[in-house]
Amino acid sequence: MTIEASTLSFHYGDKPVLREVSFALTSGRFHALLGPNGAGKSTLFGLLTRLLALQQGDILLGGQSLKKQPAEAMRQIGVVFQQNALDLDLTVRQNLQYHAALHGLSRKEARVRGDQELERFNLLDRANDAVRQLNGGHRRRVEIARALLHNPSLLLLDEPTVGLDVASRKGLNEHVRTLCEEDGLTVLWATHLIEEVSEDDRVLILHQGQLLADGNGQAICEAEGTRDLAETFHSLTGAG
Amino acid sequence: MKAAHYWHCFVGIQTREWLRFWQQRTRFASALVRPLLWLVVFAAGFRAVLGISIIPPYETYITYETYIAPGLCGMIILFNSMQGALSMVYDRELGSMRVLLMSPLPRPFLLVTKLLAMGVVSIGQVYVFLLLALLVDVEPPLWGYLAVLPALILTSLMLGALGLLIATWIKQLENFAGVMNFVIFPMFFMSSALYPLWRMNEASPWLYWICQFNPFTHAVEAIRFSLYLEWNPMAYGITGGVTVVLALLATAGFRPQRTKILGTSKPA
Repeated sequence: MTIEASTLSFHYGDKPVLREVSFALTSGRFHALLGPNGAGKSTLFGLLTRLLALQQGDILLGGQSLKKQPAEAMRQIGVVFQQNALDLDLTVRQNLQYHAALHGLSRKEARVRGDQELERFNLLDRANDAVRQLNGGHRRRVEIARALLHNPSLLLLDEPTVGLDVASRKGLNEHVRTLCEEDGLTVLWATHLIEEVSEDDRVLILHQGQLLADGNGQAICEAEGTRDLAETFHSLTGAG
Repeated sequence: MKAAHYWHCFVGIQTREWLRFWQQRTRFASALVRPLLWLVVFAAGFRAVLGISIIPPYETYITYETYIAPGLCGMIILFNSMQGALSMVYDRELGSMRVLLMSPLPRPFLLVTKLLAMGVVSIGQVYVFLLLALLVDVEPPLWGYLAVLPALILTSLMLGALGLLIATWIKQLENFAGVMNFVIFPMFFMSSALYPLWRMNEASPWLYWICQFNPFTHAVEAIRFSLYLEWNPMAYGITGGVTVVLALLATAGFRPQRTKILGTSKPA
């Protein structure tokens, strides 16, 4: 499924947060949205998930406009938010069933799909545990499993590794890459951590609301005349 | 989206609310302490001070406990709805609110279903309260317990929508203390919950008119009349009308960016 964002601008009051941001995501690929804190990543995610209303520009998901056909577009999206959005007191399965119901799935369908996803994430034996009993890495996995329950074509992850240790961060990142390869899922992974991005990835660098680079990591480095992405990121944003 | 999708979503939201309630059942029990104190202690103290004449829907002289029981049912819903709506938008439930809004179903449907689900839990509390009230001889007719249900649902929707509206639009009232002082207490005290309005009219005509304009008064009267199997079209009409208006305003005016649902109200 193709995703196109065209001339997205957004401002809070007088303060512009996104300026004429346009990009297209390639179906079935891992995309890294790289930007320092305050670059506008969360605002962009807010627009993609309809938590913020589009002020200027439009987003097309598989040709369907988020402005004109929000319901159809939203069915195609799975989201993992930066902050935990699980009910800690409910069990893993209850959390999944709630999400499935919100997407119109019956209890039976929810159970089948939930178990499939949990099995894939090696969490089926934890299905009846309260989320509170899970460690940070496992909670994140549950959130990803949940985001995939309704079979979306696009998975959005907003700094999903915040608060995780190095090993869990790496594990989660690898896992999502596998999903891209196995399911043909299109992924947009927002981060400010350069080590989560590989030079073969499609990289979008956002800084102060502007898209400074968009392309293959290696190609961006070549164009900038830098040795690696870390240097590119630093030279473009002054961060990293 | 088909009707079945709406149904599954509706059931899912209700189920989650009950599961959460079950997790927090001690809080539920402690929330009953407030109305019970009013019923047992406050009413006992005031019984001697306030004489209640025979007023509809009652057919005979009643105790003060009997008079304030419907008002306290309203109070349970008032506290729960405000607390629920506020936590929906602010602190505790931010994450689940984001999850809710990711649903492809229309947002007004999601919000009203959520308000209804919160209302159902409050109504459960009201019924437990009414059962306990039997101990102090508040004994409405048996069918009254069923007849009062629509009034309770309407009241919980009305107050939930009001809470949502307040939480979305009034930044200054972010914490519960503010809402308690500026919304809950004025609504509760300037209503017919604790004293019949004719008494208020004797004391202060302008206060009487404020009470008359307070939709909570009419919600309490709808509860009172239905509990005693009397039909009060005006109370129902006003409560219903206000519910529709508030629900429309709250759902149409609900903008995630006006709240903290994104985790921050400032540019991200």
